Amino acid sequence: MAIEVRIPTILRTYTDGAKAVDAQGATLEELIGDLESRHPGLQARLVDQGALRRFVNVYLNDEDVRFLGGLETPVADGDTVTVLPAVAGGSR
Amino acid sequence: MRFESLIDSVGRTPLVGLPRLSPSEDVRIWAKLEDRNPTGSIKDRPALWMIEQAEKDGLLRPGCTILEPTSGNTGISLAMSAKLKGYKLICVMPENTSEERRQLLRMWGAEIISSPAAGGSNEAVRVAKGLAAENPSWVMLYQYGNPANWRSHYETTGPEILEDLPTVTHFVAGLGTTGTLMGVGRFLRERVPDVKIVAAEPRYGELVYGLRNVDEGFIPELYDADVLTTRFSVSSGDALRRTRELLAAEGIFAGVSTGAALHAALGMAAKAVKAGERADVVFVVADGGWKYLSTGAYEGTLDEAEERLEGQLWA
Repeated sequence: MAIEVRIPTILRTYTDGAKAVDAQGATLEELIGDLESRHPGLQARLVDQGALRRFVNVYLNDEDVRFLGGLETPVADGDTVTVLPAVAGGSR
Repeated sequence: MRFESLIDSVGRTPLVGLPRLSPSEDVRIWAKLEDRNPTGSIKDRPALWMIEQAEKDGLLRPGCTILEPTSGNTGISLAMSAKLKGYKLICVMPENTSEERRQLLRMWGAEIISSPAAGGSNEAVRVAKGLAAENPSWVMLYQYGNPANWRSHYETTGPEILEDLPTVTHFVAGLGTTGTLMGVGRFLRERVPDVKIVAAEPRYGELVYGLRNVDEGFIPELYDADVLTTRFSVSSGDALRRTRELLAAEGIFAGVSTGAALHAALGMAAKAVKAGERADVVFVVADGGWKYLSTGAYEGTLDEAEERLEGQLWA
């Protein structure tokens, strides 16, 4: 088992075009570190000075990690992590 | 129930349990059926409150023209109230919103101005603000920044939920203008210790976002992140799947944005089960599925429906 990380189009240059890659770790920070070991350059696009970049959203099982615990959010096998460029949605 | 007129019948909607989709006896899910409002959506509440507040403030007088950026439901609600109260209504909406919504708006006498699909509702807001500046006599109620929007939910939707379900632990709704979440959220936070206020926002395909720059994100003036406990981003595929589950398991025929709210409600329910906590999770059925039939959301396989929905706004 591993954690599936879904990559947005704009960052697939780091994953050889893959839409999703597997990674491991106990926290989001460890997970991103594990990703960096196989996809160099990705970490810097997600993290800046120890925090998630402003225009990047990361979701754990569709839930915004900024409301969970940021980079310290615990992750576990079977979880899905989704990375998206930050764009406000919604329309009424 | 008897009312003096259609406008007086807004609100007081049913709260119904979902015995088949609730994960356990201790973790239950409840649907607030806002499609039972006069024009079939939750927007009847803020539309009426915004108009009546503008009347109290002396902004709206008989014969006035109301202008509003809306992808549909708020426009339909405003059109009904405007018709009964004697105002003209002009709606600015993205050109990729469903044909049913356009026909409904025209039926109630509204005029429609289309804004480019590429910019979504952000672009509709921009176009409407420009028109308002060019036509100072028009009154823009501006649902994204009008406090009467969230007040309508603070004064009506929130109290109804607490009265019907004093044991409520979670409130889940779609995140658009943010009015529902801000109003119900503030009301419940004042009265229910540790209540969880959960937003479900639509995650559109890259076709919708493709032409936009990431730093163009529009945040409604009403939004206050402190009211929320957490935020879910729900893909079109998950929203469609849940919309169909709601119909198949519980018989509720809802719009696609309701599927997104249900997805977040089930996510929070699963977390409560895992933590061994009891929960009464209320989520909003913002409207029925009627206005989305032409999108193909309810026909064929999920993959086919998802493909048809690509590039369309569903919330």
